[in-house]
Amino acid sequence: MTDTVPNPGEPSRFRRIWESDVMWSFRHSPVAIVSAFVSLVMILGAILAPLYAPQDPFNPATLNLMDGLTAPGKANEFTGKTFLLGSDSQGRDMFSAVLYGTQVSLLVGAASVLFSLVIGVFLGLMAGYVGGKTEAVIMRVADIQLSFPAILIALLIFGVARGVIPPAQQEDATLLLLILAIGLSNWAQYARTVRGSTLVEKNKEYVQAARVIGRSPLLIMLKHILPNVMGPVTVIATINLALAVIEEATLSFLGVGMPPTQPSLGTLIRVGQQFLFSGEWWILLFPALTLVILALAINLLGDWLRDALNPRLR
Amino acid sequence: MSEPILEVTDLRRLFDVSKPWLERVVAREPRQLLTAVDEVSFTINKGETFALVGESGSGKSTVAKMVVGLLGPSGGRVRFAGVPEGQRPRPGMVQMIFQDPYASLNPRWRVADIIAEPMIVTGTRKDAASRAARVAELLTLVGLSPKDGDKYPHQFSGGQRQRIAIARALSSEPEFIVCDEPTSALDVSVQAQILNLMRELQERLGLTYLFISHNLAVVRHMAHRIGVMYLGRLVEVQESDALFLAPKHPYTRLLIDAVPNLAEIGRDRVPVQGEVPSPINPPSGCTFHPRCPIAMPVCSRERPAFRDGAACHALAPQTVAAE
Amino acid sequence: MTEKPVLEVKGLTLDFATRRGTLRALDGVSFTIGRGEVLGVVGESGAGKSLTGTAIIGLVERPGRITGGEIRLNGQRIDNLPPKEMRAIRGRKIGMIFQDPLTSLNPVFRIGDQLTETLQAHLPLSKAEARQRAIELLIEVGIPAPEKRIDGYPHEFSGGMRQRVVIALALAAGPDLIVADEPTTALDVSVQAQIITLLKRLCRTRGTSVMLITHDMGVIAETADRVAVMYAGRIAEIGPVADVIRHPRHPYARGLMGAIPALDTRVKRLTQISGSMPRLDSIPKGCAFQPRCTMAIPRCSLERPELVQAGASRAACWLANAETEVPA
Repeated sequence: MTDTVPNPGEPSRFRRIWESDVMWSFRHSPVAIVSAFVSLVMILGAILAPLYAPQDPFNPATLNLMDGLTAPGKANEFTGKTFLLGSDSQGRDMFSAVLYGTQVSLLVGAASVLFSLVIGVFLGLMAGYVGGKTEAVIMRVADIQLSFPAILIALLIFGVARGVIPPAQQEDATLLLLILAIGLSNWAQYARTVRGSTLVEKNKEYVQAARVIGRSPLLIMLKHILPNVMGPVTVIATINLALAVIEEATLSFLGVGMPPTQPSLGTLIRVGQQFLFSGEWWILLFPALTLVILALAINLLGDWLRDALNPRLR
Repeated sequence: MSEPILEVTDLRRLFDVSKPWLERVVAREPRQLLTAVDEVSFTINKGETFALVGESGSGKSTVAKMVVGLLGPSGGRVRFAGVPEGQRPRPGMVQMIFQDPYASLNPRWRVADIIAEPMIVTGTRKDAASRAARVAELLTLVGLSPKDGDKYPHQFSGGQRQRIAIARALSSEPEFIVCDEPTSALDVSVQAQILNLMRELQERLGLTYLFISHNLAVVRHMAHRIGVMYLGRLVEVQESDALFLAPKHPYTRLLIDAVPNLAEIGRDRVPVQGEVPSPINPPSGCTFHPRCPIAMPVCSRERPAFRDGAACHALAPQTVAAE
Repeated sequence: MTEKPVLEVKGLTLDFATRRGTLRALDGVSFTIGRGEVLGVVGESGAGKSLTGTAIIGLVERPGRITGGEIRLNGQRIDNLPPKEMRAIRGRKIGMIFQDPLTSLNPVFRIGDQLTETLQAHLPLSKAEARQRAIELLIEVGIPAPEKRIDGYPHEFSGGMRQRVVIALALAAGPDLIVADEPTTALDVSVQAQIITLLKRLCRTRGTSVMLITHDMGVIAETADRVAVMYAGRIAEIGPVADVIRHPRHPYARGLMGAIPALDTRVKRLTQISGSMPRLDSIPKGCAFQPRCTMAIPRCSLERPELVQAGASRAACWLANAETEVPA
């Protein structure tokens, strides 16, 4: 057992992953490669923004009102400064604003996806494995929730939560509230999928074998069933990341999301549209374009992943 | 071979096969119950192989699940020697080998972890090193290499997977193993390997098997005693040799006759007609009477008592005389 | 030898193009089936027995492709026919029976409609005539109260009755050959006996040839005239049933016979063939069975043996004619 010399006939771990069906399908799908590349560049670009962004748009001290409303690539008539993507009315560099906005959007998106995934997967496992009344309650709640648009649910949760939190802390809590609202509005889809897979897995003999020796239900769910139901969950999570980013943008656009002092892509679009008719198109265009490309790339990646993991659906 | 290790008395199991509650209420239908197992009693002695044979719907797998504790009985009891009334034996004392080696091993687990799991759960080996040593030992015992522990189930063939499943069953040091159609999913040449291995292990470790199968030839090869089931009831229990030489119950005779035999090339036969009826609505009296070549009027009225190894009216002299 | 065989398969080779290269699933399979003859094809999973049947009925699916050899039905080559012509032959000249009757019967149509449709597709019959023929067929396959059951749906029939309907469907147009792929595997033993007997009787009275594909040697023993034992995409041995079962010449066939537990005798230990059938991507050079063979000689790993006459059978083994009564 202590013999750790790899078997010469066995390919290395990396080689195995590289040769696996999913990787093979990835290597042969131009759409997947391009969308993965675009997603990766945008995500890394957003995360690493503090290292190279010309400005910290969240810090009012770095802003100069005189720089305001400069067109992309042109020199400002007062200060002579140029901005790659122009500047807004506050003198904020749009390039930096988009980078930081993407960061906020992705943070909210990823955190809320993780939040809804954990809740949804756990409830789905419970519903599928325990069955009976537990299942009935969980799935009916999921049904009710799925019959409303997610954005409506998020608005509701957001509104209720705002009413509970004292006004003084609202500004700081907005980020967490958004994550909570978007997360809670999306768990049902995970629960449904996981419940379905759990119903299949729980009748397989490896689960029975664990029951025969007296494994507790919780450990059977977590150690045996969970790893086997994660395939479809990763697909939903990827597609939902795009949806969550859009949902956050929608909320912020409606004015209930991130404040202008800490703008997400949605906030930037809301602010930007006020300038559209006065000719300052860049304030709206660049955040909107970023949002579209980001959502599209992640969505295409999710679509490809779904096909790769489940070839029969094609 | 003498002392019983398991005593099953009047075992009964119902399944609720009703439609969902709402549909039932709307259609004003009553609850519908299916009797999968009814009044099944047998004992198994230490060190022997007791087989249950039967066609689909006979309830043999349901009996297996109740013995191993996966299902609770609706009536009657399952009692292991030395275990107080109403209690299950220690975890790991009773193990199970399943039919489908492609479903019985968790595809995300390494083989070594699969085999070690019963030891962790039952706490027989607390430290990882001794568990690893035992896993290597078990792999060798079932004819695999200790190195195979690092692999995943999909890297093995069906027969090798069944060996892994056997190693897992042995790892909790069981005395009693329920084998539910352990070779039905395997090819003949591989089936022979697994059957040979199971018999070898029985001799070496003094195991007791409850062997469930629909294949009479396999049962004949493995079992010391055989119980024949039909529609949830035990119709005959006999020593293996006696059962094949002189079957008592007409259903047993039908089953033995129906098996295609290598020794009878090109045989033309007159098969018994009819199929196993649905267990939801079984025939009255002796459930076999509609297909029975020697059925008497009493057979459709009364349920035959189980005596001298078989449940059949034709075998009870006073009934025959009365008819 | 005087009469022309109904089916003639010569050097059939079938490849699967995968991304890891081409896998040869059938490698030079040759056999014939005479008029009214039942040829049993046995082998373990992956031996290629079902694939051979699929190739004959022209339903090989991508990425599989016939890359060599030919299949002739009544002398006419059918392996290279366009799909439309092959469809006409399927049903009319070749009937099919599969393991699961539910895959051959359309669940949303009454069985009578499926029968009359098949009859009218292949024979010039009016609707009423076709229905009459359908009822006759159902009587022939032993369906009780056929006038009533003809308007039933497949799910209203039991497993054995469904398989009878499938047999009626396969025989409807009076084909010359029936390809039956594991026709009794999904059935209980007592029903299996009924179906085998029925199939045997019908083909005997109608003079239909049968290619019976199964993993169950017992079914073959009872039903077939000749048997082909397949291993790793090749025929290991082919010959009259009695000869192959009682005096198998190929070590694999010999091992297979010993591995089957018998009803009338109880042995201490079954003959076991160590290891398992190679995967398609790792079929050894020379004789495919050689790594598992207890009698292998150096030549076996170098050169591939062709089928040679050995007694009444033909076996693909270098030692087929060596007088070896050593148990495998």
